[in-house]
Amino acid sequence: MPNRNNVWANIDWITVSIYLAMMFIGWINIYAAVYNEEHKSIFDFTQQYGKQLIWIIAAIFIAVLMINIDSKFFVTFSFPIYVIILLLLMLVPFIGTEINGAKSWIQIGNFLLQPSEFMKMATSLAIARYISSYNFKMHSYKSLLTLAAIVFIPVGLIFLQNDTGSAIVFGVFLLVLYREGLNGIVLFFSFLIVLVFIFTIIFDSYVTLLVLTISAFLINYLIRKKTKRNLIGMGIFATIYGIFWLINFLVQGNIDPLFFLLAAAVLSSAIFFLWAMVLRKRSLALLIGIYLGSVLFAVSVDYVFDNIMEQHQRDRINELLGIQSDLHGAGYHVNQSKIAIGSGGLFGKGFLNGTQTKYDFVPEQSTDFIFCTVGEEWGFLGALVVIGLFMGLLTRLIYLAERNRSKFSRVYGYCVATILFFHFAVNIGMTIGLAPVIGIPLPFFSYGGSSLWSFTLLLFVFIRLDASRFEQLSY
Amino acid sequence: MDTFSKRKYIIAGIMLGIAAIFIIRLFTIQITNKTYKQFATRNVLRKVITFPARGLIYDRNNELMVYNKAAYDLLVVPREVKPFDTLSLCNIIQLEKKDLIEALNKAKQFSRYKPSIVAGQISPDIYAPLQEKLYKYPGFFVQSRTLREYPSKSAAQVLGFVGEVNQSMIEKDNYYRSGDYIGVTGLEKAYENELRGIKGVNNYMVDVHNRIKGKYNGGITDTTAILGQNLLTGLHAEVQAYAELLMTNKRGAIVAIEPATGEIIVMVSAPSYDPNLLVGRQRSVNYGLLVSDSINTPMWNRAVIGTFPPGSTFKLVNALIALEEHAITSFDRFSCSGKGSLPIKCTHSHVSPIAMREAIRESCNSYFWNLFRNIISHSPTSAQGFEVWRNHVLSFGFGEKVGTELSSEVKGNIPEVAYYDKYFGQKKWTSMTIRSLSIGQGEILITPLQLANMAATIANRGYYITPHLVKAIQDTNRVYRELKYEKKLTGIDPEYYNIVIEGMQAVIEETRLSQSIRMDSVIICGKTGTVQNPHGADHSAFVAFAPKNNPKIAIAVFIQNAGFGATYAAPIAGLIMEKFLTDSISPRRKAVEQRMIESDLMNVQVKN
Repeated sequence: MPNRNNVWANIDWITVSIYLAMMFIGWINIYAAVYNEEHKSIFDFTQQYGKQLIWIIAAIFIAVLMINIDSKFFVTFSFPIYVIILLLLMLVPFIGTEINGAKSWIQIGNFLLQPSEFMKMATSLAIARYISSYNFKMHSYKSLLTLAAIVFIPVGLIFLQNDTGSAIVFGVFLLVLYREGLNGIVLFFSFLIVLVFIFTIIFDSYVTLLVLTISAFLINYLIRKKTKRNLIGMGIFATIYGIFWLINFLVQGNIDPLFFLLAAAVLSSAIFFLWAMVLRKRSLALLIGIYLGSVLFAVSVDYVFDNIMEQHQRDRINELLGIQSDLHGAGYHVNQSKIAIGSGGLFGKGFLNGTQTKYDFVPEQSTDFIFCTVGEEWGFLGALVVIGLFMGLLTRLIYLAERNRSKFSRVYGYCVATILFFHFAVNIGMTIGLAPVIGIPLPFFSYGGSSLWSFTLLLFVFIRLDASRFEQLSY
Repeated sequence: MDTFSKRKYIIAGIMLGIAAIFIIRLFTIQITNKTYKQFATRNVLRKVITFPARGLIYDRNNELMVYNKAAYDLLVVPREVKPFDTLSLCNIIQLEKKDLIEALNKAKQFSRYKPSIVAGQISPDIYAPLQEKLYKYPGFFVQSRTLREYPSKSAAQVLGFVGEVNQSMIEKDNYYRSGDYIGVTGLEKAYENELRGIKGVNNYMVDVHNRIKGKYNGGITDTTAILGQNLLTGLHAEVQAYAELLMTNKRGAIVAIEPATGEIIVMVSAPSYDPNLLVGRQRSVNYGLLVSDSINTPMWNRAVIGTFPPGSTFKLVNALIALEEHAITSFDRFSCSGKGSLPIKCTHSHVSPIAMREAIRESCNSYFWNLFRNIISHSPTSAQGFEVWRNHVLSFGFGEKVGTELSSEVKGNIPEVAYYDKYFGQKKWTSMTIRSLSIGQGEILITPLQLANMAATIANRGYYITPHLVKAIQDTNRVYRELKYEKKLTGIDPEYYNIVIEGMQAVIEETRLSQSIRMDSVIICGKTGTVQNPHGADHSAFVAFAPKNNPKIAIAVFIQNAGFGATYAAPIAGLIMEKFLTDSISPRRKAVEQRMIESDLMNVQVKN
C-alpha cells in the first residue's frame, strides 16, 4: 500500500514523463520552425525558441506549485475560481489588447495572457463540482439547464471576442456528459446536426436534400430488408417531385427545383408517416421524423446563411470550414501545410533541413502549424511518435480518471482528456487537411506562454487530484 | 463502480479512431503519394534582390560627374549546389579554379542557406554566355548590379568611392546584406541614404534545375526597387579637371568657393588618383595599392584634413580685427627696417614707415607685429586681449569644422589662453611672446578649406555661407529639393573689409604678380603667403577672390615645398580663376600655364 500522505510518491510519473517529453520535442521543433541563422543558439532569448524555454521553465514551476496545493482546495474553490476567471473574461473587451483581429488578450507588463485559455480549466472545475454534487440528476431539466449555463456563459463571451476557435473547444464537454450518463441519442443528434450543418454550407441544399433522402431510404432498407416497399416509397417520392416539375414546365413557371424537392420530401414523409402508423412500426416513424427534421434544418440553415447573415459572418464561417476557393486564403495554407508534411517522407528531411516551413511557405509555423515541422523534418516516423505520445497521454488520463473513487476527480479527469483530445484532433487534422482551419494550438507543442501555462494548469490540477486518490474525498 | 463505466471504451475508441485516421492519412500523403515531394521541390523560394541604380552626381552645369554602368554578381546558395563541372564554370566567368573553390568554401562557412557572392561585378559580355549555361549549375544565380563610372576621372577624394559593406555596417543598419555596396568616403558616404535608393525584392519559386517557375504567392509580396536620388553639386567639372592638371607632380590642395552661395567650385587634393580604379573586379587590388602608398597618400583629401599654419595670408584677418577693435586706423604707420627689423625681420624691401594698404601689399612683418601688439594691448590684460582676438578669428570659421558634407574634415587649431598659461605660466606672456601669430605662424593650424572660406568671407565683406558641395537633391520624381545652408556673420564692419580689399587689389596690381596673374577684364584681389616649414622647403600659399565687386569665386591654393607664395600658388590660383570666369586662358598666359603644368615639386630636397 503506497504511503497516502506522500503526495510525490503518489503522482503518476508516466503522465509527467509524457508531459515533459512533449514540451521538449515541441521546443526543438519551434527552434527548427523559426530557425534563424543570425541567432543560432537555441538559448537566444530574443528568439521564439529562447522565449519558449522560459515559458517551459515557468510551466514547470506552475506544475510544482499545483502539486503542493491541497487537493481539497480545488474542490472547495472550484466555483470561486470559475467566477474569478469569468470576471476576467468579461473585463477583456475593456482592458484587452487586440492581436490578429481577436481582442482576447490581457497585457500584464511584457506578458500577454489569454483568459479564454484559462477558462477551459475553470469551466472543467465547475462542471466537475456540479456533476459530483448530490442534487445533480443527469436528465432533470434543472440540472441540464444549470450545466448549460456553466458552459454557455463563457462560450458566448469568447465567441463575442472573435476567438471562435477557443469557443468551439467547449463542445467536447458533451463527451464528458456522455461518460456520466447522458443519453447516447443526444450525442448522436449533436453529431448529426454538425454533419448536416457542415454539409449544407459546403454543398448547396439541393445536394444535401438528395443525400438525406437517399440515406433515409438506404437506412430503411438496411434495417427492414423490404425491397418492394422501399421501391414503392421511392416511386411515391419521385412521382410527387415529377408532378410539381411538370406543372412548373407547363405553366412556364420559373421556380427553383429545390422547392419541388422540399415539397416531395414533406408530402412523401406525411404519407410514409401515416403508413408507419397503420403498420404500427415505431422505428420507421422515428426514422421519418429524423429525416424530416434534418431536411428542415438543412433548408433553414441554408436560408439563414444566405439571406439573414451578413457577408462578414458568412466569411467567418467559410473561413472556419476552410472552403474558400481563393488560393491565397485558407485553402492555400492547408495546401502548403500538406506539401510540407507530405514532402517529409518516411524518415523526414532531418533536423533543420526543412525547406517548406523555413522558407515561410507555411503560416504560423511555430504556433498553430508546428506539426508541419514535425512532419517535414522527422517524417512519418516522427509524426507517429507525436501521435503516439498523445494517445499515450489520453488513454492514461482516462485510466487515471476511472481509478479515482471521487466523482469530482473522475469528471475533471475526463474534462482534461477530452479538451486535450479536441485540440489534438482539430490542430493536427487541419494541418493534414482533415479538419477546418481553426486557430487553436497543439497542447505542449505550440509556441506561446499563455497556452502552455493553461494546459499545464489544466493537467497538473488533475495530477494533484489523482495523487490524493487514497484519501476519501467528500465528493 | 457505476453503470456507465463501460462508456470509457467508447470514448477511448473515438480517440484512437481519430488517431488511426490521422495515421492512415499521414501514410498516404507522406509515403504513398509522391506528388507532395514534387510540389516541395517546385516550392523552393528564391529572393532575388533588385538593386536600384545609385543616384547620379552632376556638376554645377549639369555635366555628369558620376554615373552607372551595368554589372552582374554570381551568387551561390551552398545548400542547393549539386556536383558540377567546376572547370567549365571557371572558363565562363574567367576565374582560377582554386579561387572558385575558395569562394565556395567561404560561402559555405558564411551560411548554407543564404546566398553569397562567388564572383562580383561581372561585365555584360561575360554575363551573356553565363546566363545561357546557368541551368547546369544548380544553386548558382545572377543578380544585376550597377557600378560607378567617373567620366572626367577627377575629384576622386571629393566624390569618394563605394565598396562592399563590412560586418559592423551590416549590424548597424539592417538595410544592408553581405555583399551590398555602400559609400565609403566623400560624397558617396555623406549622401549614402539619398544615393542608394531602396532595394526591391522579387520572390520567385524556382525548380530543382534552378529555373524560375513563377512568382511566389502571385507576386503580392514583391517590392519594386526605387532609384537613388541624384546630387546636384556646385563643383565645376571642367575647372576641377583643369586645377588637377595644374597640380600635376605637386603636393597640396586647392579649394574654390562661390562666395555668395558657399558652393564649392573646386576641391583638389594632390597627388590624386583616377576614381575609376576603385570600380570593378580590380577594385581590391587597386585599393590596396592606393592605401599602402604612404609617400603620396593619394586617398587623403588634403583640402579638409591637411593642416598648416596659414602664413602671411592670415595677416588679412589680423588687419580686420585691428580695425574693428579700433586698435589702429588705416592711416597709422609703422616703421620697418627690412631685414634688420626686430623682433621679426621683414622679407621685403620697401619704403618706411607704411600704413595698412601698403603693408598688405608688401606683406610687411614689422607692420603686422606692431598691429598685433596693439590688438592685444587694447585690453587690460594680455589674456583678455588674446580672448578678444581669438573670438574674432573663430568667427571666420577657423578652429572648428567648417561644416561641409565631408565627414573627414578636421578642426585645425587656434590656441587658447589656457595653452599659453600652461606653456609660459599665467600672466607671464605678452603680445610679443606670441607675436608669430601676427604673421600666421606659430601654433595656429588651418585647413585649405578654411583658408578658402576666409577668402570667401572677405569677398562677401563680412559673412560666409557654410561651404558645401551639394546644392540640391533631385528626388525620384525628378523634382529638385534645394538644400539650405547657414549664413554666418563675422561681426566686423563691412567698411573695414573694403580697406583690406584695397590692399589685396594692390597685391595683384602693384607687385610682380601683375605680370603673372593680373587680368585685363576682371579685378582680382589676393594675398600671398609663404609658410615656414621646419622639415623642408617652405610651403607656398595664396588666397584670392575675383571680381572685386560681386565676387564670383574665392580661392585658396596651398602647395607644399613650393617656396614663395608668389612663385607657384598665385599663378595657379590666377589660372583657375581665369578659367572659371572666362572659360579660357588668354594667350598672354599660356607660357605661365605651361610652366605650372610642367613644374615637378615632388622631389624637392627635404631638410632633416
